[in-house]
Amino acid sequence: MATTQELERTASQVRRDILRMVHAPASGHPGGSLGCADLFVALYFDVMHINPAPFNMNGTDEDLFFLSNGHISPVWYSTLARRGYFPVSELSTFRFINSRLQGHPATEEGLEGIRIASGSLGQGLSAASGAALTKKLNGENRMVYCLMGDGEQQEGQVWEAVMFAAHHKIDNLIAVIDWNNRQIDGDVEDVMALGNLEEKYQTFGWETLRMNGNDMQSVVDGLALAKEKSGNGKPVAIMMQTEMGAGVDFMMGTHKWHGVAPNDEQLAQALNQLEETLGDY
Amino acid sequence: MKLFEATEKKDTRSGFGAGLAELGKENDQVVALCADLTGSLKMNAFADAHPDRFFQVGIAEANMIGVAAGLTIGGKIPFTGTFANFSTGRVYDQIRQSVAYSGKNVKICASHAGLTLGEDGATHQILEDIGLMKMLPHMVVINPCDYNQTKAATKAIADYNGPVYLRFGRPKVPVFTPADQTFEIGKAWKIKEGKDVTIIATGHLVWKAVEAEEILREKGIDAEIINIHTIKPLDEEAILTSVAKTGCVVTAEEHQMHGGLGDSVSQLLSRNTPTPQEYVAVNDSFGESGTPDQLMEKYGLNTESIVAAAERAMARKA
Repeated sequence: MATTQELERTASQVRRDILRMVHAPASGHPGGSLGCADLFVALYFDVMHINPAPFNMNGTDEDLFFLSNGHISPVWYSTLARRGYFPVSELSTFRFINSRLQGHPATEEGLEGIRIASGSLGQGLSAASGAALTKKLNGENRMVYCLMGDGEQQEGQVWEAVMFAAHHKIDNLIAVIDWNNRQIDGDVEDVMALGNLEEKYQTFGWETLRMNGNDMQSVVDGLALAKEKSGNGKPVAIMMQTEMGAGVDFMMGTHKWHGVAPNDEQLAQALNQLEETLGDY
Repeated sequence: MKLFEATEKKDTRSGFGAGLAELGKENDQVVALCADLTGSLKMNAFADAHPDRFFQVGIAEANMIGVAAGLTIGGKIPFTGTFANFSTGRVYDQIRQSVAYSGKNVKICASHAGLTLGEDGATHQILEDIGLMKMLPHMVVINPCDYNQTKAATKAIADYNGPVYLRFGRPKVPVFTPADQTFEIGKAWKIKEGKDVTIIATGHLVWKAVEAEEILREKGIDAEIINIHTIKPLDEEAILTSVAKTGCVVTAEEHQMHGGLGDSVSQLLSRNTPTPQEYVAVNDSFGESGTPDQLMEKYGLNTESIVAAAERAMARKA
């Protein structure tokens, strides 16, 4: 078990990786990646039971993670590399030609840690539900996690999957919704308001809880509570309040950094705010 | 006399149901999903025998494809079932990203393909599904011709590791292929040797090609009949060998001319040996309500159309 302070130090390095990864090709999605860094580090360095190497696509006897909002691939790639799925040096290839680190996560190039492609939104919860069913069929007592964006909740397929998971009592499934209230065109409430999202999940038959996704202790506690709530006939949804761009002052409080890379000067300014804890790649 | 005397008629969807039921007994990794069409897809036998491995997903096809993709992670072999229209066009992006691009071992099983769905009309009569599916990298596309071939194909695709689109239909059609056949993905079946014209048919049009062969024979035309059940990967060698002998070709399918089997054959021939080709297919239009036989006649997908196409193709030979 990692301490909260250790997790925070790892998250700081992941945030540095994210910024450097999108800066090099001048392309990618730093905002949501930074906002979710604490969740990824908590899952991969503390909560999930995993075997990073050698990577096993079937994930037998492992907890599984599915990223539905695939555009925040930088935070996933950094976390996977730092956790030992593939060499950290490979992070420098992100979004460049002939890389295994595609703009959006893919299995086609055989990148360890990725079990299904994502990017076209709304599909991850369906896949996670299927994988969770397979765990049950195989008699495995392991969890399946799925991260989605809040704007992504506008996709109809998400609600098909929400219905399905409740109907089939997939109680080894924990969905996390990155609730930063930002999407490309502006605030979620202005683009297409979601109403009371937590209540909607409850009405569909899910257990729900809230956590502050940018406070490591809250994340660790929230994930532990979600696991406690699992196994009781209902899937669990976590409303994870985050700040897009968390950790970099000028990237917070706006949707501007959803899909824009920092220039040289902005990168330097951002890195100054994040301690290099594990060594840059 | 016809090449075969078909003694009974059965629907190809029942061949799928029978194959799936046998798979349920033989392979405990096989699971099935259906979007509220269990009876239409003939999936009841599997669902009744293996309730723990059958998942009703309701009228939510996009989710069905995604769940199926997820079920493969951990070793399951999911068979999804709904109408061809809802198996392809409705869920194209889900198939593209979660199944094909992700290389998942999902079997997309699609009934009521084409005009022979009949009275429900064009909203349900998809004639574009072969094209949609064959364009996807990694996707295998199979369109069997009768009950026995559909049953054999259903069982064969469980042994193949990768995404497959299996297309079959609603009406009862003659059963003329062997009950004990071995189905080999990508391997054409040469039904009859001939020297004057090659007729390449898939799905329900194979029996029409058998009927056309008899008429052509009476006219003194020696047609070679090839059943292409696997449109992708295409048995290129079988087609090129045949066409080298006959010098002209007819393709026949219950599908749009654009994007179907005929297109695949045409691409193959244009790259290797440009050859006069005539198409028996729907020519860039939607279907409509009617009985299957009425529709197949109105849209030119019948025995007479194949005979006429064969004569046109032969007339174009240099």
